[in-house]
Amino acid sequence: MSLPQAATAPAIPAPVSSGVSNAKLGIWLFLASEVMLFSTLFTSYVVLRMGAASWPRGWEALNVPLATLNTIVLITSSVSMVMAYARAVQRDLPGFRKYMAITIGLAYLFLIFKCYEYGSHFEHNEWPSTSIFHAVYFTLTGLHCLHVIGGIIVNSTLYWMSGKNFDHPLFLGRVEAAGLYWHFVDIVWIFLFPAIYLI
Amino acid sequence: MNDAAAPHGHPPPNVKLYMMIFAALMALTVLTVLVSYLHLPRSLGIPAGLLIAAVKGGLVAAFFMHLKGEHKLIYACLGILLFCALGFCLMPLDVHLVRQESLHAPVAAQVAALSAERR
Repeated sequence: MSLPQAATAPAIPAPVSSGVSNAKLGIWLFLASEVMLFSTLFTSYVVLRMGAASWPRGWEALNVPLATLNTIVLITSSVSMVMAYARAVQRDLPGFRKYMAITIGLAYLFLIFKCYEYGSHFEHNEWPSTSIFHAVYFTLTGLHCLHVIGGIIVNSTLYWMSGKNFDHPLFLGRVEAAGLYWHFVDIVWIFLFPAIYLI
Repeated sequence: MNDAAAPHGHPPPNVKLYMMIFAALMALTVLTVLVSYLHLPRSLGIPAGLLIAAVKGGLVAAFFMHLKGEHKLIYACLGILLFCALGFCLMPLDVHLVRQESLHAPVAAQVAALSAERR
């Protein structure tokens, strides 16, 4: 698949002698701190599960088909995000806005499915205090949902900014940083899905 | 083949590759669910599920996050992160060993008591 020929973005000199832009180094350090956050919670999950007398199988207690659908939604949104970046490199504003809108829409769809899933748990009187399994499930997926909401805010801001700032020399770096964050959110779900729902 | 030359400091996009990775991620998602429906014993099911997730996460990181061909400074940051993550992995192992010791402690006490009786 080829993109239409267009002028590429203006060259931006790397603002640091390391060869990596401040924005990219900053977002990677932020993602490193995020990895530590999720790692501690994931380790706690493993320790709690090892110490539990019994632990329900994911398919016995959770909605696996809906979670599978949500996995497909989030992976598709990751692809649309990287396509938005590709369009930004091509200086194709309509293409960028189209793919960014798809990414934001899919993120909302993920949250809608998650709200439905949470709602069905609450209807069955299942709360974080019900059991250790439910505490782990709501904590990990709830924190992930907060990150999805954060991604919606960042991506919506970029969509709104693109109207006036698309040609700004730093805009492409912002799109790249937002993309890195969004793909990280996708990776977290890729691990949460089998860990909580399937094994 | 890259679709466009990216400005300095930004990875060049490759739409054809993105679509191939997308297809691979979808196939691996289906595989993850199919493996779970086999209802394998936990000793097999957990490593299988996490291995497929690691491959999927690796594909996203390498190609969507452009880690493949990234600057060595980013690799250095990730190397430190990997070291810390390994420390986290050792924590459940530590808990497991402590539990084994606590399980063995009563047995060791019984052996010591028997030895004392024989004397």
